[in-house]
Amino acid sequence: MEHLELFFKSIFIDNMVFATFLGMCSYLAVSKKVSTAVGLGAAVIFVLAITVPLNWLLDQYILQEGALSWLGEEYASYDLSFLSFIMFIATIATMVQLVEIIVEKFSPSLYNSLGIFLPLIAVNCAILGGSLFMQSREIASLGLALNYGVGSGIGWFLAILAIAAIREKIRYSNVPPALRGLGITFIITGLMAIGFMSFGGMLTGGEEETKTEEKTVSVEKSSKENVTLSAVETSENNELANKTTINANE
Amino acid sequence: MGLLSKKDANLILDPLADNNPITIQVLGICSALAITAELEASIVMAISVLFVLGVGNVVISLMRNIIPSKIRIIVQLIVVATLVIIVDLVLKAFAYELSKTLSVFVGLIITNCIIMGRFEAFALANKPWRSFLDGIGNSLGYGVILIIVGFFRELLGSGTLLGFPVLGDPITKTGLYAFGYENNGFMLLSPMALIVVGIIIWVQRSRNKALVEDH
Repeated sequence: MEHLELFFKSIFIDNMVFATFLGMCSYLAVSKKVSTAVGLGAAVIFVLAITVPLNWLLDQYILQEGALSWLGEEYASYDLSFLSFIMFIATIATMVQLVEIIVEKFSPSLYNSLGIFLPLIAVNCAILGGSLFMQSREIASLGLALNYGVGSGIGWFLAILAIAAIREKIRYSNVPPALRGLGITFIITGLMAIGFMSFGGMLTGGEEETKTEEKTVSVEKSSKENVTLSAVETSENNELANKTTINANE
Repeated sequence: MGLLSKKDANLILDPLADNNPITIQVLGICSALAITAELEASIVMAISVLFVLGVGNVVISLMRNIIPSKIRIIVQLIVVATLVIIVDLVLKAFAYELSKTLSVFVGLIITNCIIMGRFEAFALANKPWRSFLDGIGNSLGYGVILIIVGFFRELLGSGTLLGFPVLGDPITKTGLYAFGYENNGFMLLSPMALIVVGIIIWVQRSRNKALVEDH
């Protein structure tokens, strides 16, 4: 459940492009055609899925305050977190190079579609941003870090895919000359970001629960005999149903 | 401009308007949008980038003949990362609250495309003094947009500038609020940053037709 929640949260609610504006530069520069947008998006998912867990390990076992305690008692008081920028960016740059070499060696076809984007990615804010947010949000485990990396990668992918598709279509529209190109892209992205804000309510389960409770209570009042049955039917939440049966029995 | 030749002066003046890093070169958008809900944060961000880009351009320009071109990206990243760590530590020491507001965006100066873009496009091919001027010019151009966006978002969003209530007090209904004016809280949300930048681009391009794109 925790995994699922983080996954959807990082795709929709904390979408890299629309909520935190990460990776905007390549988002604007490479979104003129859907096919290239897909290539870059896939590369971002791939690199985020590798670097976020790696940087999580670095953060947990080297950088955090007290992280070095596995080396021995005398190291327990070290706090190397001021080095995190340089460590993260070095990891990212190295991993990107490494991935590029490996992909080139073993899968030339993948390299042709993905390879040209890999060097671009080392300096994509979305990648470093993923690691920095992972650090500042204190993601709890390696699995969650991987999840977060993949999730935010997919979110970025979705965003660039959507804007590329819109930009391909908007070529046929009559945009005011001064807004053509960059200007209209900004405004569309703004509107899309407003749209994505509506996902913000997705995980506020608490409010919905109170609503269903009210519903079952009204059912309880209307027909006392069928209370258990109707309560089970109406409430989506088993726990709530049990609660109302107990109330009815009392 | 007795100090600078005309060519050198252009290095500073061009990025302020007709070759602006944000609205024309499309570099460094991320941070420009994320932290502009308050004017103060925008100003601090602009100063940080001014420092990093000015010093970084000089350092890269000094090393331009000894950096092997294959690993230049990593060398550049290390230079920026070092400078950004300095900025981050200074902010944490002297403006702790503000560094909390800026959160990860100080770190993201490292991957701010303006910096890598200017290193690649200018500092690797030019002498230190010219690179320094280019760095200052570009970060001023960046700062101008940041400050304009921050100004409008803070003024319209919360009715303050740098934290001072310039439009009156919304609770006791003084100043503009006495006439029924309300703050537009929407300006503080992230999507409005995009739209404000879009409008700036619109205004700039309708004043200067040469900048209009085909599509």
